[in-house]
Amino acid sequence: MDLAYGPKYEAFREEVRAFLTKHKDQAPRGLGAAGRPSPEACSWQQLLIQHGYAARTIPKDYGGYGAKPDILESRIIAEEFSSARVPSALQNQGISMLVPTLLELGTEEQKKKWVKPTLRGEVVWCQGYSEPGSGSDLASLQTKATEDGDDFVINGQKIWTSTAHEADMIFCLVRTEPDKPKHEGISYLIFSMKTPGIEVRPLTTMTGHAEFNEVFFTDVRVPKTQIVGQRGQGWLVANATLKYERGMLGDPAAMETRFQALVDLMREETVDGQRAIDNPIFRDRLIRLQAELAAMKFNGLRLLTSASRGEDPGLARLIVKLQSCELTHQISALAIDVMGEFGVLYDDSPYLRSHGSWQWGYMFQLGLIIGGGTAQIQKNIISERGLGMPREPKLAK
Amino acid sequence: MEFALSEEQRLLQDSVRRFLEQNAPLDKVRLAAGNTHTVQRSLWAGASELGIPGMLIPEDFGGMGLGFLDAAIVYEMIGRHVAPLPFLGTTVMAPLALMLAGSEAQQEKWLPKIAAGEIVAGVAITEKIGIREDAGVKALNGKLTGKSLFVIDWAEADFYIVADSDHGLHLVLPDAKGLSRRALNTIDKTRSVGELVFDRVAAEPLPRSSADAVARMIDAGRVMLAADTLGAGQMMLEKAVAYAGERKQFGRVIGSFQAVKHLCAEMAAALEPSRSLVWYAAHALDEVPGDARLMACHAKSHLSEVGRFVARTATEVHGGMGFTDLLGLHYWFKRIGLDRQLLGGPELVRLEAARLQGWAA
Ligand SMILES: Cc1cc2nc3c(=O)[nH]c(=O)nc-3n(C[C@H](O)[C@H](O)[C@H](O)COP(=O)(O)OP(=O)(O)OC[C@H]3O[C@@H](n4cnc5c(N)ncnc54)[C@H](O)[C@@H]3O)c2cc1C
Ligand SMILES: Cc1cc2nc3c(=O)[nH]c(=O)nc-3n(C[C@H](O)[C@H](O)[C@H](O)COP(=O)(O)OP(=O)(O)OC[C@H]3O[C@@H](n4cnc5c(N)ncnc54)[C@H](O)[C@@H]3O)c2cc1C
Repeated sequence: MDLAYGPKYEAFREEVRAFLTKHKDQAPRGLGAAGRPSPEACSWQQLLIQHGYAARTIPKDYGGYGAKPDILESRIIAEEFSSARVPSALQNQGISMLVPTLLELGTEEQKKKWVKPTLRGEVVWCQGYSEPGSGSDLASLQTKATEDGDDFVINGQKIWTSTAHEADMIFCLVRTEPDKPKHEGISYLIFSMKTPGIEVRPLTTMTGHAEFNEVFFTDVRVPKTQIVGQRGQGWLVANATLKYERGMLGDPAAMETRFQALVDLMREETVDGQRAIDNPIFRDRLIRLQAELAAMKFNGLRLLTSASRGEDPGLARLIVKLQSCELTHQISALAIDVMGEFGVLYDDSPYLRSHGSWQWGYMFQLGLIIGGGTAQIQKNIISERGLGMPREPKLAK
Repeated sequence: MEFALSEEQRLLQDSVRRFLEQNAPLDKVRLAAGNTHTVQRSLWAGASELGIPGMLIPEDFGGMGLGFLDAAIVYEMIGRHVAPLPFLGTTVMAPLALMLAGSEAQQEKWLPKIAAGEIVAGVAITEKIGIREDAGVKALNGKLTGKSLFVIDWAEADFYIVADSDHGLHLVLPDAKGLSRRALNTIDKTRSVGELVFDRVAAEPLPRSSADAVARMIDAGRVMLAADTLGAGQMMLEKAVAYAGERKQFGRVIGSFQAVKHLCAEMAAALEPSRSLVWYAAHALDEVPGDARLMACHAKSHLSEVGRFVARTATEVHGGMGFTDLLGLHYWFKRIGLDRQLLGGPELVRLEAARLQGWAA
């Protein structure tokens, strides 16, 4: 156990701090959860890339900074941005999911064309996986792509497609081989959302905002060259992407920021003149969450060490999505409870606290528990892959 | 930056695991549990060959001079095997008291004997955390009066470290005049706790006693109890998974029912981060003084909660069998039950954590 980073890394930390001191005023105010980044956010992102604080390990040829992968450097960057409360590198489905997938499995031409503008925030992507009939059982998806000359012709429907209404491009799973077993007949296509035949209908979520969409495809023509990986190999390509998505959730620094905000809230909110933090029941819940958060934080450090040694951390990794999403949700739940009736104020109500963000978060985070592999699917994975328990008897073919 | 056990630590843990597999199998535990208030001398002698009793004691006094993280991973193994060993008082808390507060003469007299596994040392400190039944020990003119409950490693102790109501620590011999002793029988038959009643008992003060020394003993004790629960909980999970893989009902192994699998997944999901927390809390005792007390509180309270969940859930997965004495699963259940209450239950410990951060008066 050695939690010191050592002189080389401490020097690197100083560099990051110097950068932050010098440039933090250029940082955009809020980045928004998803959607199209503002021009300010794009130029901030580009500044970060230029200094190696975004797209750090992505080769220069593809628009990155071109540093050698070093997990500790990445960690230090994350720590420093978080403690300075400065927005760090842009995160969206294009950057976090599509880019690594292209780098791993795309053609040279695809990498050259798409990675750079995606990293710079100029091209926004959406993820077209889920369908009305295929959620957890994603591999049963039915959207069809049939061959016609040099094109695929796509017909079908996607659902829960986040940011589709703003996206330039989509990475999409389609069935190209209807006669093959379900996992072997899928292909991974990338195409423009402006392609004729695409209709996007926003779906309002429980938060009251349209955060995701239904996407309909009617005879949408996509050149065959826009496939990533081999035909029929889309399931493997998609799994590469899902792996990156799970990495995106459950960032302990983000949970710590939420926890700190909760502590601030509990010091401010009073009932009968008593601060929430002085209420023994609320305080007990707070400390309980703090202990869980500490456990997840140190679990994160353990994962970091495994990763830097190239070891598979096994269960310690498999539990992250389940535990982090739950913990984040519990932090919001306590915030709402300490506010009492004020905790259910919403929209632009008088007396609204923190712009309603706790209540919004409590609902949005329930979406995170469901999206990207539900809690129940996570438990299947933990028990089957992590603990080696028997798989479900297969009913579906 | 390296958040992991070292190679030596893994070897240490493996050797303790192997030792306990061979020397403390369930039938031995059962026998010992019939004689809770008797020290298992041959087992302790075997542990001495591995250096366990003196692992925290400096090499100058015949110990191994290791740190709290080493002690925590050893106690984790002891918890895993519900081994009837006087580790908490004798290996951790009493030597710590002597090292922090004892005179050189006291250290020279007692530490080598502890390290050699020749003696057992009890620790009477419960009243520093909470007073019940009018307990508490007053020191007056070198004599102790009062009583202390839930004395750790009570049975056959060759001396006791006793905390008085004023941050003083004292060394008391078991045959001292005016000392009477009563065993307390808890659900956990693998470890002995008891009561000491003092009527003007002659005691040797530890001359460098301080509130800090007392607090540090408690911090260390809490982290060890968390480690014990971690080991016991991990074993219960493994037993549940193994049982579910063999037991058939409705023509299938019950481990193929999702209701059972999800219980096991929930146990694993709670235990894995707990392991990281225990490692860090133990490491902090050695290396990060500013974090040590808060993390000891977090480790103790969090493992108490996770332990309770795992103990009942793993038992349920075993169905009626889990409820019986046949499998002996209850030894783990009860060990976790005692760990939770000793040195402060979770609510009390969380209040302390709040105070440490200025969130409670
Ligand atoms: C906020 C949000 C954003 C999303 N963004 C996108 C996106 O951008 N692109 C995209 O493609 N998709 C997206 N999704 C979709 C998401 O991936 C699916 O919602 C998710 O995979 C679950 O599928 P489903 O909604 O069809 O639920 P179902 O699969 O119908 O599940 C319903 C319930 O049944 C349970 N269940 C299902 N199968 C099993 C099983 N085998 N064992 C035990 N329980 C089971 C589930 O756990 C759940 O509780 C998003 C979802 C949310 C909530
Ligand atoms: C205190 C006590 C008193 C009892 N008294 C009597 C008595 O007087 N007379 C008598 O005949 N019996 C008695 N029993 C037996 C009792 O009815 C059984 O223990 C009970 O039915 C469970 O069966 P089992 O122990 O074989 O567990 P199992 O059936 O082996 O179950 C083990 C685990 O698998 C789970 N499981 C099993 N099947 C499924 C499934 N299909 N889906 C999901 N999970 C499943 C169970 O919930 C449990 O967690 C008693 C048991 C106890 C504990």
